[in-house]
Amino acid sequence: MYKIVEKTELSETISQHVIYAPLIAAKAKAGHFVILRSREGGERIPVTLVDWNPERGTVTLIIQAIGKSTTEMNALKQGDSFLDVAGPLGTPVEIKNWGTVLGVGGGVGIAELYPIARAYKEAGNKIVSILGARNKGLLILEKEMAELGEVIVTTDDGSAGRKGLVTDAMNDLYAAGRGPDAIFTIGPIPMMKFVALASLPHKTPTFASLNPVMLDGTGMCGGCRVEIGGKPKFACVDGPMFDAHQTNFDALLKRTAAYREQEKESLERYARDHQCRIGLH
Amino acid sequence: MENKPKKPTPSIKQNHGRHQDPIARRNNFDEVALGFGLEEAVTEAARCLGCKTKPCELACPVNVKIPEFVDLVHKEDLGAAASKIFETSLFPAICGRVCPQETYCENACVLKEKFGPVSIGRLERFTADYARKNGLVTPPPCAPDTGKRVACVGSGPTSLAVAAELRKLGHAVTVFEALHEFGGVLSYGIPTFRLPREVVRFEVDMLRRMGVRLLKNVMVGKSITVEELKKDFDVVYIGSGAGLPAPMHTPGEDLVGVYSSNEFLTRVNLMGAHNFPESDTPYYIGKKVIVVGGGNTAMDSARCAMRLKPDSVTLLYRRTRAEMPARVEEVENAMEEGIKFEFLTAPVELVGDERGRLRRVKCIRMELGAPDASGRRKPVPQGGSDFFIEADSLVVAIGSSPNPVIQQSTPGLATNKWGGIIVEEGTARTSLDGIYAGGDVVRGGATVLLAMKDGKSAAKAIHEKLSAKEN
Repeated sequence: MYKIVEKTELSETISQHVIYAPLIAAKAKAGHFVILRSREGGERIPVTLVDWNPERGTVTLIIQAIGKSTTEMNALKQGDSFLDVAGPLGTPVEIKNWGTVLGVGGGVGIAELYPIARAYKEAGNKIVSILGARNKGLLILEKEMAELGEVIVTTDDGSAGRKGLVTDAMNDLYAAGRGPDAIFTIGPIPMMKFVALASLPHKTPTFASLNPVMLDGTGMCGGCRVEIGGKPKFACVDGPMFDAHQTNFDALLKRTAAYREQEKESLERYARDHQCRIGLH
Repeated sequence: MENKPKKPTPSIKQNHGRHQDPIARRNNFDEVALGFGLEEAVTEAARCLGCKTKPCELACPVNVKIPEFVDLVHKEDLGAAASKIFETSLFPAICGRVCPQETYCENACVLKEKFGPVSIGRLERFTADYARKNGLVTPPPCAPDTGKRVACVGSGPTSLAVAAELRKLGHAVTVFEALHEFGGVLSYGIPTFRLPREVVRFEVDMLRRMGVRLLKNVMVGKSITVEELKKDFDVVYIGSGAGLPAPMHTPGEDLVGVYSSNEFLTRVNLMGAHNFPESDTPYYIGKKVIVVGGGNTAMDSARCAMRLKPDSVTLLYRRTRAEMPARVEEVENAMEEGIKFEFLTAPVELVGDERGRLRRVKCIRMELGAPDASGRRKPVPQGGSDFFIEADSLVVAIGSSPNPVIQQSTPGLATNKWGGIIVEEGTARTSLDGIYAGGDVVRGGATVLLAMKDGKSAAKAIHEKLSAKEN
């Protein structure tokens, strides 16, 4: 059992969990993820490590309630436990000094961007971040990211920062002659796809943290296979960070829709049984 | 028991045990083979001649003391019979179910030709089940602590065998498992209708009762490296298996509905996807399912798929029934359950719809050509034989290769061109001092029994090394 020692609500649907998992905390690096299972009968869910503290033996995860399992996980309270937390898994991000690194995070992807941006900052890079959210209420970690460097906020509805998409802000940077030396992007698949398309003409090395459906997370099933440079790769062991210009985002998008009907059924059933706060009752 | 047959009585007809009805069992994941009752077991045990030469015992890869335990079954002393088996194998309820006895002990039984062999596997299973259900099982004694520490990587059959043997000899053993259940393929691969999970849990728990430390959610090679383990342990045994699924290399393998057998079986067997939405893990199979392959994994996949109630399950195999590597019993079970077989058939292209979901499979017919290096006749495509089969899902069960993660994260560990760890024959020693390996990570995808056998012989070599250090 892996105890939640601290729980913070970052927004209506996004929670931060600090979990006691000393073996994982001791080994964690930027880009690693864990597989979570909250209880018997629960499914295995991949979640990126946001932070870790080897002295306290804790890791920090930020979870957005988008389906049944994540809704149920975010209903856990401080003092409750996850049944299983496996990791750290995946290949850590290669940290080097690029010069100026642009981080582009969308939604809960900002949480996953944070440890990578921090590691690049520590390696001597200048950090610029574009943080995108649907609205102000869903914007997270703005303060933490601002401690690493310049932050540009975009919201779909203009309720915070620039109204528009993260790619609009990216294009502004290029137009102002402030194109970065490398880009890291984490967020919804269409966003990452368009970030890659926006940087391609400028030949800026661009990396995306992919989020396919995962099952074991240890490389034994291939459920998370993604097409990189025309070849199949397993995101759980080879990634999840890959060259965005080589990634087939359209195929990834289709594969992540594989269980859409079942996910809906599962969430509706949970909402019925729990009079929950997600607006479906 | 009244009127128990005298021993030996070989002429009594061999009893293969009862089975669930084929139609009924298609609708459940309960065990297909129902096993023996006490009376049936005692009667079957009476058939054993108790040969002094013990050909059955010699043929058993882990040398279970067969004539002795069978005699104890006949005497209805099931606790003693279970303890007798435990002297050489801690996993009788597992082995009694999944070992291909027809090629080992039962093949060597002297009654085989004239009367049919003693049903040794069924008797082993009965003994273990009876002892478990009646609380007759006590863990075997362990030697005093030697102060030596051994790490087993993976908790599949080979590591379990190493852990059992070395713990009995007094060494401290820790098992590291990446998943959330112990047992490796016994938990995620073999379906519950062949191997109920309470059996696996009980036999794994026996190790815990003996003082073996079992750690889950730790993936060696990622969570911790073999080199790091070497700092805390005198010996590391790598039994990480052959869990890397082989792709078919056909266009369309990325389509939704196309599963590796590992993924499909893990969803159902480990995650309970067949109970969705009671269990949270979903599956997607649609109405028409295709399984590709001819081994036990293909049979397990096809039979699991059938229990998810599609309209049809069709198995494609590129050779003929005679060349199938699956156990004869499993092929028969699959056919009884209504799985269609298309022999001399191979998929060449998977075709999807605009949503990226599988819709049909382009196949070709094969004919058997000259024998290849392994002695099996090689399938040769027949020109112009293309045809399409409608399908919503397809499970690829054409083999697997060793998991590469440990090899890649352990500098200096010698591997062959298939990614298998190279070991010294008989001692399981790798190219690195104090690091041993066995089971599928050395052999490539093989059987539970060979993995256990590797574990037993590796344990012997490890014990010798650990004992030698004392001097």
